[in-house]
Amino acid sequence: MSATALRPARAFDPVGWARANLFNAWWSSALTLVLIYAIVRALWGFIRWGFVHAVYSVPTGANGVPQTGVCQAAGVGACWAVIPEKIRFILFAFYPFDQQWRPALCCALFVALYAISANRFFWRRELALIWVGTLVVVGILMWGGVFGLPYVPQYKWGGLPLTLILATLGLAAAFPLAVLVALGRRAANLPAVRLLCVIYVEIIRGAPLIAWLFMATVMFPLFMPEGVDIDKILAAQVAIILFAAAYLAEVVRAGLQSLPRGQSEAADALGLGYWRKMRLIILPQALRLVIPPLVNTFIGFFKDTSLVLIVGIFDLLKAGTTAVADPPWQGQANEVYLFLAVIYFAFCFAMSKYSKGLEREFDRSRRH
Amino acid sequence: MSETALAERQAAHTIGEPIILLDKVNKWYGQMHVLRDVSLSIAERERVVVCGPSGSGKSTMIRCINRLEKHQGGRIVVDGTELTDDTRALDKIRSEVGMVFQSFNLFPHLTILQNCTLAPIWVRKMPKAEAEELAMSYLRRVKIPEQAHKYPGQLSGGQQQRVAIARALCMRPRIMLFDEPTSALDPEMIKEVLDTMIELAESGMTMVCVTHEMGFARQVADRVVFMDRGEIVESGPPHQLFEHPATDRLRLFLSQILRGH
Repeated sequence: MSATALRPARAFDPVGWARANLFNAWWSSALTLVLIYAIVRALWGFIRWGFVHAVYSVPTGANGVPQTGVCQAAGVGACWAVIPEKIRFILFAFYPFDQQWRPALCCALFVALYAISANRFFWRRELALIWVGTLVVVGILMWGGVFGLPYVPQYKWGGLPLTLILATLGLAAAFPLAVLVALGRRAANLPAVRLLCVIYVEIIRGAPLIAWLFMATVMFPLFMPEGVDIDKILAAQVAIILFAAAYLAEVVRAGLQSLPRGQSEAADALGLGYWRKMRLIILPQALRLVIPPLVNTFIGFFKDTSLVLIVGIFDLLKAGTTAVADPPWQGQANEVYLFLAVIYFAFCFAMSKYSKGLEREFDRSRRH
Repeated sequence: MSETALAERQAAHTIGEPIILLDKVNKWYGQMHVLRDVSLSIAERERVVVCGPSGSGKSTMIRCINRLEKHQGGRIVVDGTELTDDTRALDKIRSEVGMVFQSFNLFPHLTILQNCTLAPIWVRKMPKAEAEELAMSYLRRVKIPEQAHKYPGQLSGGQQQRVAIARALCMRPRIMLFDEPTSALDPEMIKEVLDTMIELAESGMTMVCVTHEMGFARQVADRVVFMDRGEIVESGPPHQLFEHPATDRLRLFLSQILRGH
């Protein structure tokens, strides 16, 4: 047993802690008091707006239009009535109303897919089949046209399922591509491959994602021969994949670079050959090292999918902003944005928590 | 071991056909000429110790034998195959040539047992159970079977180096290369690794060993090769080299080594 474990455990003493950390000098006490005041004021302001003076429901007029006048009155806080009223549009946009169980089911499938993929018990070959299977089912549900499901064209897709499709497919395709590009950039014996990978990364990184989305959805179709119609969502998806891959490749490359050369040499000396060496020795170690920046990039791209609104794709954010363009609800943008933030936060926070757990688990298995 | 017993054992030890051939090998790092016309022929079951001051090219030479370093001039033939850019042939040769590094280079994300079974399973296509049995037999031979399910980071340097030897042996190599295997070890751990190497030498393994351990060289080497500034200066049986060095460079080196001990 180590010496630290023998130290007697002391009960936490909040008064002592506060005195030592918050009130240890006059300026420290002053700063603490000012900050406490600011926090309490802000919190109280939010509580008054969000709960005390909030409106939770509005009457419906004779013509079926909600009477939102009560929300516009002076002194009224948040008008949460907008959320139940608009939630189906925010989540599913223009998807046919009576068919919206289909995108809802897709969202549930995605969440289930994340949960299964997160469990290390399922990290085996079959997981790839589960992914392909899930994506096929999602495709069938979204498009329809088979099994008695009415066909829904892509331009009617929108909301949360579209955001999840763009993010999931985007990162799932970008990651393997990124690993290949990172390996290519370090291929000492293949100067042509190396140059190609460098050019790819530098060009893609050199322009903002918005520019690539425009190019993919507006400019690229112009170069196509007459009659070839490229779907906007597909074009945006490809742009996201290529863009994310360039960034992820640099993260993976950092991991590859931080491994000591001896690991590669030891694998070479055993005659493993290049691909087995990478798969069994180098990548497992390199990727573990870069879990934090990798997840950081994942989270960034999950939110960056919202940039597709610029080319007129109705992702979650665009659906939300469109919902409050409806005249009766035009003052309620804050409530909707807050609602959207909670959804984005839930996914991002889950990713972050999961990566923390993964790091801990790998640490434990190495027990250095 | 007495002088006569040593002589007897060395007489009983028969040396076979050449298995490693270096023919006028040259190598440069930029402007630096690190290997100059190095020619060396090593026979099957021969035990060669390579020594020399740091920067003499001895590590570079041994690393050329399994092409961790590329040579730029001359020929290297290992087990009948010349080393070229043909990666398929190269991986074949590498699987026949075991290597032990100064810094152990165990795979930290795998257990000791997995370190040992990895190459037999993936390169030799050995069934897992058989590979594990083989690995355990070698771990017993290097006297650490009880560590099989630990990770490399939990072992001492000497233990890690013995695992590295076992890992190389699990491929049943025809040749073993040692690149300063005891240089990164604390003094009290050097002996356990040297004992393992001596035992291996007695089993008739072809060995090429870069080391400063002159006691080890005396005890097991059939031949000692002395390198300096990228060339082979002298080579011969250990007693001849150590007692009757023919060149000033070797004399200087030996006096420095002995003063250090």
